[in-house]
Amino acid sequence: MRFWSICAGFIVLAFGLVQSPVNDYFFFAGFVILQAIVLATAWNILGGYAGYVNFGVPAFVGTGAYAALLVHLSISGPLIVQILFAALVSGALGFLVGLISVRLRGIFFSIATVALVFIMETLVINWRYLGGATGLQLTRPTEAWPFDGYVRMLFWVMVVMAVIALAIARYIQDSHFGRGLRALRDSEDAAECAGVPTLRLKLMACTVSGALLGAAGAPMPMYMSYIEPYSSFNLVYAVSALAMPIIGGMSHWIGPLVGAILLATIQQIVTVTISSELNVLVVGVLLVVFVIAAPDGIVGLYRKWKASSK
Amino acid sequence: MAFSVDLLIEAVIFGLLLGCFYAAVSIGLSVAFGLLDVPHVAHPAMLILGSYGVYLLGQYGVDPIVAGLLLTPVFFFLGAGLYRMYYETFEKRGQSAAVNGLAFFFGLAFIIEVLLVVAFGVDQRSAEAGYIGGSLKLGEFRIPFRLVVAFGVALVLTAALTAYLSRTFTGRAIKAVGQDEAALRLMGADPVRIKQIAFGIATGVNALAGAMLIIVTPVEPTMDRIYIGRTFCVVVLAGLGSMSGTLVAAIILGVAESIVLMFLGASWAPAVAFGLLLAVLAFRPKGLFGR
Amino acid sequence: MESILEVSKVSKHFGGFTALSGVDLRVAQGERLGLIGPNGSGKTTLINCISGSLLNDEGEISFKGKAISKLPAHRRTCLGIARSFQIPRPFTSMSMIENLMVPLSYVCGITGDQAEQKAMEILSGMGLAAKARTATNQLSQVELRKMELARAMAAQPALLISDEAMAGLSGSEIDEVLEILLDMNSKGITIIMIEHIMQAVMAFSQRVVCLDAGQIICEGTPEHVVADPYVQRAYLGD
Repeated sequence: MRFWSICAGFIVLAFGLVQSPVNDYFFFAGFVILQAIVLATAWNILGGYAGYVNFGVPAFVGTGAYAALLVHLSISGPLIVQILFAALVSGALGFLVGLISVRLRGIFFSIATVALVFIMETLVINWRYLGGATGLQLTRPTEAWPFDGYVRMLFWVMVVMAVIALAIARYIQDSHFGRGLRALRDSEDAAECAGVPTLRLKLMACTVSGALLGAAGAPMPMYMSYIEPYSSFNLVYAVSALAMPIIGGMSHWIGPLVGAILLATIQQIVTVTISSELNVLVVGVLLVVFVIAAPDGIVGLYRKWKASSK
Repeated sequence: MAFSVDLLIEAVIFGLLLGCFYAAVSIGLSVAFGLLDVPHVAHPAMLILGSYGVYLLGQYGVDPIVAGLLLTPVFFFLGAGLYRMYYETFEKRGQSAAVNGLAFFFGLAFIIEVLLVVAFGVDQRSAEAGYIGGSLKLGEFRIPFRLVVAFGVALVLTAALTAYLSRTFTGRAIKAVGQDEAALRLMGADPVRIKQIAFGIATGVNALAGAMLIIVTPVEPTMDRIYIGRTFCVVVLAGLGSMSGTLVAAIILGVAESIVLMFLGASWAPAVAFGLLLAVLAFRPKGLFGR
Repeated sequence: MESILEVSKVSKHFGGFTALSGVDLRVAQGERLGLIGPNGSGKTTLINCISGSLLNDEGEISFKGKAISKLPAHRRTCLGIARSFQIPRPFTSMSMIENLMVPLSYVCGITGDQAEQKAMEILSGMGLAAKARTATNQLSQVELRKMELARAMAAQPALLISDEAMAGLSGSEIDEVLEILLDMNSKGITIIMIEHIMQAVMAFSQRVVCLDAGQIICEGTPEHVVADPYVQRAYLGD
């Protein structure tokens, strides 16, 4: 109950915020951080809970962005339709990836997800209607009632999406489904022999994860006023989406939240004050440092600290 | 592009040479991943690092192939050290660290990429040498010299490595360590040291392979991404643990890419390696000659 | 007594290598069957085919009269086949009792307090109750082996396959595991035991089957099989 009241409160607070005269930049930056929360949380459902490391986050995010674009171009659909369609298409892509997981474990699965990024990117590059290699310029609608601007609306939409993603992750974690995922992560063979329908669970995790990733990508074309394949399918997304849950902690839904806020904020600061190249370096270094020194992430460190101070 | 047999033959010849080049850049991964089971997704990044090392020495007038040879021992020790670090941090910890091992190499690949961007910028860099311009005339077809050079070096490299792995004691120990560590221990060899040497060799090869890369084509820091596709495609198609299979698989990839490039254009070519990789993983994960 | 498990002309190949070749096996309800054979004879492969971790290439397997050759492992566990692994595969992120909660919820549909109670019952029966909340990386070898069996028990099986549960254990530890298996059998569970430790096989089995190079070379009472010249040659060489 407490969780839901916090969520509701947060959504209301965010609504109040977007109506206030706070600088537009806040919402631009806030959008990025909120999107990071969704990406990290979605990744963790497959990566942290089930143990299947998805290197191909850009494939899903990019697919979501282009699916949204398709809705916008073909039927001038509103944002909510774009998001739902993006989630549908990316969810289906996730389902396909889940089918791949039947034959492939460990690094093979991860390499296959990288392959997916390049294949989706190549598909889009050769699809003239969606802008092809050069991409498309887009104009944001001026009307965005009841909001004071389209970007503010996007910010608020992201707030809701982040809350939904966290709620889903939290639900899965403590459920029967989550226990099965943990068993299959720890030992897939033993889990099967303990009655866990591993294929079904993997397909579910892949589909949910994929759908959330695609939904997070859907607002991108409107947010940037511009879409093109190279940045939509940029592998840098992959490192960030991987680093945030690992740094935050993969075993609990709070981990990706903590990791995303921390890392996305650092990235924003570095990009603005130093350079955007260095922000990738920061992500890479933090990832490697945590993986070596604190593999259970910040959540893990917190738990150890709590246990030792008893 | 209209189909003609002439164009097809040209594409195939080009593909054969390209394939031998791909074999050379993949052979290090064959050892690191195929034999040792290390999830070394940073291998292509080290390849590009090798290319930049060659470029750097080229700034001082060193010939690319010579530079590659000079850098080989440096890369050997780099690789040996990297493996030691990987072993101490991950392999010792066991199964639960599998995610972390992968994440480590992935993070490393990006760190290398960004450091290269910071040091050299995002523009393409090429190597200078007498044999890089110009082409060889073979009947009706012109074959760029640089491809011939790369082809030659690739063959020598592949042959040398294959011979080393089957003729010397350490080489055979390397082949064995992936399959039966316990037996190796009983023979008095230290598996960790063997793996260190193997990883060092796999990385050392990247120096010369990197030289070839920059001879064949200009390099830029994010090239490691597409080479993840190409090298893993070759290694998986060959079948883990098969050295000779690497050459065959690489040629298949080279020819496939070349034909797609010729008839469908450059916008479809990058997907060939990854598409072929997915196809192999889906239908024949053991590869052509896998153990 | 009717058969609970029927394995009929089962073969399994790995590339060019034939691990099992035309294996026929019948296990009676409530039986204690010992499965022996030298290393590489195909014992674990046979177990994998029965439990569903591998699918057999040829032949049929039926359990309680139902054909199961095409079923995935988790379906077979829900039907009543449970197994332990030669090298223990604990769910490393969970405590011992949580390990048991997985089959309890996925096979038997029991969760919450009821599941905890049932899990504690099983663990107490094996002398593991004190370590119920311990993380698996702090358990000793014999405790891990017993947990494998406890986890198999939690699935409420009709058939339990124990794959070299006693390997590397000391004399008294072997007796402990033996007692657990005998206790399970007394409750009506059919048990197939793969073991190299001959005293255990002799003490436990009503019937013994010997496998060599993927084929059954001898079948009968423990004394009969152990005395068989083909069996002796398989183990000791010519």
